[in-house]
Amino acid sequence: MRSRISTRPGVRLLIVAGVALVAVGTVASVGLGDNLVYYRTPAELSVSPAAPAERVRLGGLVVDGSVRRGDDGVTFVLTDGTAEVTVVHGGDPEGVFAEGQGAVVEGVMAEDGVFRSDLLMVKHSNEYRAPADDGARP
Amino acid sequence: MTRRRRVERLLGVAAVAAAAVAGWLGLVVAPPDAVQGQAQRLLYVHVPAAWVAYVAFAWVLIASVGYLIRRDLAWDRRAQAGAELGVGLTALTIVLGSLWARPIWGVWWTWDARLVTTVVLLLSYVGYAGVRGLSTDPHRNARRAAAVGILAFVNVPVVHFSVLWWRTLHQPPTVLQPASPPMDPAMLTALFGGIVAFSLAGMWVGLRRVRMLASAAPVAAAAPTRSEPIRVEAGGRR
Repeated sequence: MRSRISTRPGVRLLIVAGVALVAVGTVASVGLGDNLVYYRTPAELSVSPAAPAERVRLGGLVVDGSVRRGDDGVTFVLTDGTAEVTVVHGGDPEGVFAEGQGAVVEGVMAEDGVFRSDLLMVKHSNEYRAPADDGARP
Repeated sequence: MTRRRRVERLLGVAAVAAAAVAGWLGLVVAPPDAVQGQAQRLLYVHVPAAWVAYVAFAWVLIASVGYLIRRDLAWDRRAQAGAELGVGLTALTIVLGSLWARPIWGVWWTWDARLVTTVVLLLSYVGYAGVRGLSTDPHRNARRAAAVGILAFVNVPVVHFSVLWWRTLHQPPTVLQPASPPMDPAMLTALFGGIVAFSLAGMWVGLRRVRMLASAAPVAAAAPTRSEPIRVEAGGRR
């Protein structure tokens, strides 16, 4: 009698927990799908190009000396060390955008091989340093 | 009881003092970041909030196992206090992170693995709080809550390692990783100060909450008074 009372709710709980785990896992894997790959690299995009007008995220390092600011936005080159992609971003870059830093852009790959971005995000490294010139506002 | 109150008071004083020191370390002693400028100082509260939330959820796990072994509602109250603290701190982590992200990343939010798993963490412990009120039987509530409290902890390491397992916009760990932290020593000190202050404040709030729950408990547990069940029934019938 005693064991029945103590085990049955336990078994029930285990079943509920198991179902909950499977449900969460299914929803997570189906829902996340390709989104688990938060961004693709220039090399991946050159090997398996995105479909025309397919919206993708592209991430890499902003190549030194590649940033040009124009009237309709900013142009720069993203690299992963293997391949490079030229990006045209409409609008001013926000965040701590800089050459040599990481960046993730959202947009579509145009037929001319230039990535048109409408969302630019800065990927920051895990390094924290004081300004080289002490006291100067960076 | 009086000794307990004394410990509580001591913790409270220590927490306030540590917060003052941490504020001084984070706002005055530590330099601004070379790349991020002044906004980087949010790290001194964002990271401690996240870490103490992890610890609070680990505490929920321990107290939940404690309840299942002992079947003592005192363990259940400890678990509840830990979960409430963890939920508050996780929400704080997300808000502070978002405030930091706007000037640094350029966006308030993005759907990367770290941010999504953190929201799932928050929601699962909000769910834990909900499960606690499903029944009028405190032991049934405690049992269910213990199961959820143990299961939900699975996500804590997932949140921590999300930045290593998947590509994210969120940066990988600076301190909780094998190599020596790539961080200015003064910044590291300020972060440490924040962790001490948050830990002390967390323990203080947790102890007070456990005492509050305990002082309210005999009424609900021994003889169900009218106020408690009626509230539950009203919610159930609606």
